Amino acid sequence: MTQSQTFRVSGLGLVDRTKSLDFTFDGVPYTGYAGDTLASALLANGIRLVGRSFKYHRPRGILTAGSEEPNALVELRSGARREPNTRATVAELYEGLEAKSQNRFPSLSFDLLSVNGLLSPVFSAGFYYKTFMWPAAFWEKLYEPIIRRAAGLGSAAIEPDPDLYDKANAFCDVLVIGSGPAGLMAALSAARAGAKVIVVDESFAMGGRLLSDVRSIDGKSGVDWANAVVAELAASPRVRLMPRTTIFGAYDSGTFGAVERVADHVAVPAAGEPRQRLWHIVAKHTIVAQGSTERPIVFGNNDRPGVMLASAVRSYINRFGVAPGQTAVVFSNNDDAANTIDDLIRAGMTVAALVDTRPILPPAIKSKARKHGIRVFEGAAVADAIGGQRVSGARIVAAYGTAQTISCDLIAASGGFNPNVQVTTHLGGRSQWQENLAAFVPGTLPKWMAVAGAANGSFSTSSCLIDGARTGAEAAAACGFAAAVATVPSTDDELTEVSAFWHVEAAKHKAFVDQQNDVTAADIRLAEREGFRSVEHLKRYTTLGMATDQGKTSNVNGLAMMAELTNKSIPATGATSARPPYTPVSLGVLAGEHREKHFKPTRLTPSHDWAKERGAVFVETGMWLRAQYFPKSGERDWLETVNREVKTVRSGVGVCDVSTLGKIEVHGTDAGKFLDRVYINMMSTLGVGKARYGMMLREDGVAMDDGTAARFADDRYFITTTTANAIKVLQHLELCRQWHWPDLDVQLFPVSDQWAQYSVAGPRARDLLAKIVDAPFDISNAAFPYMACAEITALGGIKARIYRLSFSGELAYEIAVPARYGDLLIRRLMSEGEEFGAIPYGTEALGVMRIEKGHVAGAELNGTTTAADLGLGKMASTKKDFVGRVLAQRPGLVDPDRPRLIGFKPIDTAVRLRGGAHFIGKDEEPTAQNDQGYMTSVAYSPMLGHWVGLGLLARSEARMGEILKAVDPVRGESTLVQVVPAAFYDVEGARLRV
Amino acid sequence: MLSSDRYSIFSVLAEALRGQTGWKPAWRKATPKPSYDIVIVGGGGHGLATAYYLAKRYGNANVAVIEKGWIGGGNVGRNTTIVRSNYLLPGNIPFYETSMKLWEGLEQDLNYNAMVSQRGVLNLYHSDAQRDAYARRGNAMRLHGVDSELLDLDAVRAMYPWLNYDNARFPIKGGLIQRRGGTVRHDAVAWGYARGADRLGVDIIENAEVTGFRIENGKIGGVETTRGFIGANKVGLAVAGNSSRVAALAGMMLPIESHVLQAFVSEGIKPFIDGVVTFGAGHFYISQSDKGGLVFGGDIDGYNSYAQRGNLPVVEDVLEGGMALMPRIGRVRLLRSWGGIMDMSMDGSPIIDRTPIEGLYFNGGWCYGGFKATPASGLCFAHLLARDEPHEVAKAYRLDRFRTGHMIDEKGMGNQPNLH
Amino acid sequence: MRINCPFCGERGNDEFSYLGDASVVRPDASAPDAADAFYAFAYERRNVAGPTQELWYHSAGCHAWLVVTRDTRTHEISDVKPAQDIALERQNSASTTP
Repeated sequence: MTQSQTFRVSGLGLVDRTKSLDFTFDGVPYTGYAGDTLASALLANGIRLVGRSFKYHRPRGILTAGSEEPNALVELRSGARREPNTRATVAELYEGLEAKSQNRFPSLSFDLLSVNGLLSPVFSAGFYYKTFMWPAAFWEKLYEPIIRRAAGLGSAAIEPDPDLYDKANAFCDVLVIGSGPAGLMAALSAARAGAKVIVVDESFAMGGRLLSDVRSIDGKSGVDWANAVVAELAASPRVRLMPRTTIFGAYDSGTFGAVERVADHVAVPAAGEPRQRLWHIVAKHTIVAQGSTERPIVFGNNDRPGVMLASAVRSYINRFGVAPGQTAVVFSNNDDAANTIDDLIRAGMTVAALVDTRPILPPAIKSKARKHGIRVFEGAAVADAIGGQRVSGARIVAAYGTAQTISCDLIAASGGFNPNVQVTTHLGGRSQWQENLAAFVPGTLPKWMAVAGAANGSFSTSSCLIDGARTGAEAAAACGFAAAVATVPSTDDELTEVSAFWHVEAAKHKAFVDQQNDVTAADIRLAEREGFRSVEHLKRYTTLGMATDQGKTSNVNGLAMMAELTNKSIPATGATSARPPYTPVSLGVLAGEHREKHFKPTRLTPSHDWAKERGAVFVETGMWLRAQYFPKSGERDWLETVNREVKTVRSGVGVCDVSTLGKIEVHGTDAGKFLDRVYINMMSTLGVGKARYGMMLREDGVAMDDGTAARFADDRYFITTTTANAIKVLQHLELCRQWHWPDLDVQLFPVSDQWAQYSVAGPRARDLLAKIVDAPFDISNAAFPYMACAEITALGGIKARIYRLSFSGELAYEIAVPARYGDLLIRRLMSEGEEFGAIPYGTEALGVMRIEKGHVAGAELNGTTTAADLGLGKMASTKKDFVGRVLAQRPGLVDPDRPRLIGFKPIDTAVRLRGGAHFIGKDEEPTAQNDQGYMTSVAYSPMLGHWVGLGLLARSEARMGEILKAVDPVRGESTLVQVVPAAFYDVEGARLRV
Repeated sequence: MLSSDRYSIFSVLAEALRGQTGWKPAWRKATPKPSYDIVIVGGGGHGLATAYYLAKRYGNANVAVIEKGWIGGGNVGRNTTIVRSNYLLPGNIPFYETSMKLWEGLEQDLNYNAMVSQRGVLNLYHSDAQRDAYARRGNAMRLHGVDSELLDLDAVRAMYPWLNYDNARFPIKGGLIQRRGGTVRHDAVAWGYARGADRLGVDIIENAEVTGFRIENGKIGGVETTRGFIGANKVGLAVAGNSSRVAALAGMMLPIESHVLQAFVSEGIKPFIDGVVTFGAGHFYISQSDKGGLVFGGDIDGYNSYAQRGNLPVVEDVLEGGMALMPRIGRVRLLRSWGGIMDMSMDGSPIIDRTPIEGLYFNGGWCYGGFKATPASGLCFAHLLARDEPHEVAKAYRLDRFRTGHMIDEKGMGNQPNLH
Repeated sequence: MRINCPFCGERGNDEFSYLGDASVVRPDASAPDAADAFYAFAYERRNVAGPTQELWYHSAGCHAWLVVTRDTRTHEISDVKPAQDIALERQNSASTTP
């Protein structure tokens, strides 16, 4: 390292000079210290130019020392960890840090696109709304591609983010946001009273402005006092300190979203450690103590590297031990300039001038300046910064209009302070203008929120401490802890007078209001001229405040300038309100661990492990992973496998895991009555030991779900729902039970996960199950006929249930055992079934067989079909009320022209049918007018040797035998099909009753 | 010196040379006259478009648009800017296609560049059943003469090679694309219609909130506002989000609930998402603006709200979808989130109809699909107001369809607004 | 937003499912005006901007339906009661009304 950290000031700062850290910026190696930010380390090395602006590609430096930074944005890290638009002012320095400047070509110091600056008279606010209109096709082909090439700042990584993210919850009595003097005092006060306290701070060090300003509290330095308080808080078991944590949003009922940067201060997180953690913090009471943000003053070339907020200058000197220049001009409208002068002198810098917009300065400040030999300009302004890629002077215009230029390489500017009220407005509160502070302060607050210190417009350290002590005690009291207000430590008092000043009219050069989005004073004037005067129109038209800094340094200036232009007061022009996030939040942390395979939970069936061993192919059905089919070696494709499975079931026996069905126990003396009211058909008349197919409607008369109800005792039913609707049906039934008919004696128990249930289907099903079911239970057709059910034991004493149900149309049973025996049962079914050639079958074969039988499923129960549409209208009882009965009678739902379920087969049996094809008359054009319905489900029927389909067709009953076109333009197909009954195999149902 | 009221590259260059001093206000700050032929309540996209088409196509400029705040402050300025006509049902497709065609000629019609950008809307599917459902939709569109293509996995991969294909909980199997779909710069739509209507003589009256209706013998006579009474022969309501509140002033109850929908934009990054992509296995859709921000959203919060803000669970749900689909965006940052109030109707489809009160007309129930509908909604509402009969493509949007059982339920969710 | 379930304690709103206005009550299907009454029950909503009673279901908890009094302008919740208790009161008061 040839020239290392020449701007580091010995004896100042809180960085650890024993820990040197190497880093690179645009490939050039530098060193800094532990405790630096990237910005302070760059400044220590004399780097001023760090970025280019969005629109004009103007050279930009470091304006601030915090999260409000508009200019010093870099790409941090590289490859899959590349982080665009990272603010150098908050990026903690670590060994090996890699940063690159953005939005420049070919290099930062020579950027070809800075030619845009020359075109700036054309590129005024909203110019793009006025041109690029002709010819219309050129927008996508020519204009927009050029605009998009210039869009954005940094680049996102191409590869998946390799880091982990985590989520956690925390609960407390009092949440304190910010750890400056107000926040620490509030935390101390609340914790001493006995409250559970959480203190968060966005920085890696606690102390807030006490780390950046020279203060004396209780005879100690501000830093020592802060450290002592932090130590006391850290020692308390009731207090959780959360540095590197940003509260990004306030949400309802005292819930806050926070991001903890767990490993952003190291090159790569440790193994298993998350990069960041999303916290949901639930607080009974909250104290916002987020301090304030200094306002820039809008003057010519106020965006040049070397123009810096005065408070940032002090941060670099006092916290980081860095002199951000050699010769400074201080430009101010408030008393804080006195502190800035002190610190500049302490850092060994020359202060060439103090320029204050106020006609008369307080004597204390004036004499301080005089003591240090500083030239004082009262009632004056810096009209323009001189210099290109760094400041070389300031053009000062005096009250009486004369101008002179003073050489300097730093302009420390302060337009006053904006309390950080953002979080107080997230829940709809409006901030209020306070004229004497020339700032917005918090307005109405939720009753569980208080604001303390500079965030509340109490700018002096002593008022911060007083505010903190009081709000901390009040918050503890609100949570039930008797609290005396803590003794407030003594501190020296600062001057905090300010006189509103926004914009230097005498500027000759471009004067920036929003530095990142290149919104100038001229743009504000143009917006006013064109009528975009309300604060929201102003923002939207000029893009003021829409950049990554969220307008923290620009919104109030823009608003005030609009107020001046329209001769209105600031409150009459508008107020600033913010929405989450407070500072930008990585998208990854909001997702947490819910990505890739963990996007949603995976539900596995009881036979999953066995099916996996067996080589099953699985398919996602909702949250479930189900066996789709079980390929055998030598089979060419899925169709061959599924055909084999279907044929084996129809000729021998097969087993399918149907545990995914929703299962609900319905108990109570009114259980039958209850089910009568929720199914369209009667269930109270069902005999014990019998099961019945049932259909439920929504209250609007549309079919909701189908399933079976089995009765095991007078007061005990067991019902099933479809896999997809298991949760929805339970919710519906609970509503009926608790809200519609609370007087019925009925209880519901969801037992979907409690039972492993298998369908055993095929002519040999009985032979197989006879080996499973414990004697003496008789499953013969005579003793246990179609639609019978029973509670039995199986496999030698295991509690079981058996149902004579068939979805496949074959002789079939469903047998259920407690879920923990599900694996045992499938293995036993398969081993005992070997002699009958038993096979497992998956959801595909299940689907083929249900289509062959014309049973409806999800594609038909699609939320728009009625029972009658599905051919099940006759099931509806006329003897009772049930959910959906009344509204099902509306004309639109009983219209005979409604499409109804029917079957289809291809005329050319070699042709494949397609789900989603629409039906058009054989000789008609494929147009919307001729659209008569659509194909809902298709399958290749190995029993028939061709494709079969179910569909919804207008006036279908009258059209049996008709030939139609099934058109499928998105797949480029059109197939002739014949209308046939919606059952293709064993239409009489003889096979299932044997 | 001539003012530059006609927008063009020439006026932009001319103004560049004279310091932008010749531009006129985009719309006059009109003060209310005692009465108008037609008063439109609501200065959002739909209300302004209605006024524009009334003046432009139906020859009636004796029209005022009254707005309680600043124009374009509702959902036209709070959406994710997507335009498309990829609907399923015959009641919807012709209407949204009419809208799409109006978008395609909007800028030349309005002399205002709203950046209508047809870079395609791609809906991904993740299962065979979803593929067939998309095929049904795509086929319905094609039968209506609307463009739609079913893409297989390879075609999707070729368009967006960096989506998560290989390590997904719900693997992508393909997609349905409408290439004419895309995005439009939302605020510019409100401003463009406002300017267009203003130049034709329509009065745009901001900061005038309706406080009541004057109704005599079942007929409308005008509106009471915070800026005084304004007489009208006909009044059209275009206040989606607040429809129930305003209708209640006229004694009407609607088949609508107000729900909050959140939307999101990231920091500006170099563009890598060309069109609009929607995830089929979660609630997430995304596009990238011409400034580089990722603009995305998901499901509504699910509870009634007039607060224009939502809660964290939905924010997390949206980003879970985002990261599942495109894991490269993990280190991109969320810049802003906001909430809009949706008029969620009982079948998920809008209402453009007369009301039981003579001379009072209703336009609302747009759910979260109002932005793309803006031009057709304005045209059809203008038609209804001018002719007292529904426009051909909006005939299904009757207020009494729930009573007669003629719902237009694209999602099949029934009478539960938060599920549409 | 947090809801204080009378059975489970205070939980985040992500544990609950929302149905809607609790002031609409399922009508008597045998009444002569049942068609109108069911239409109003299923479709017409006051959609109040202000405090309103709504049905929420503790789907990720105890499966209780709750009547939550909540302000739709501020999301502030002032009361939570088991829906079944309110439904029983409603029935009792209906049966005692002459």
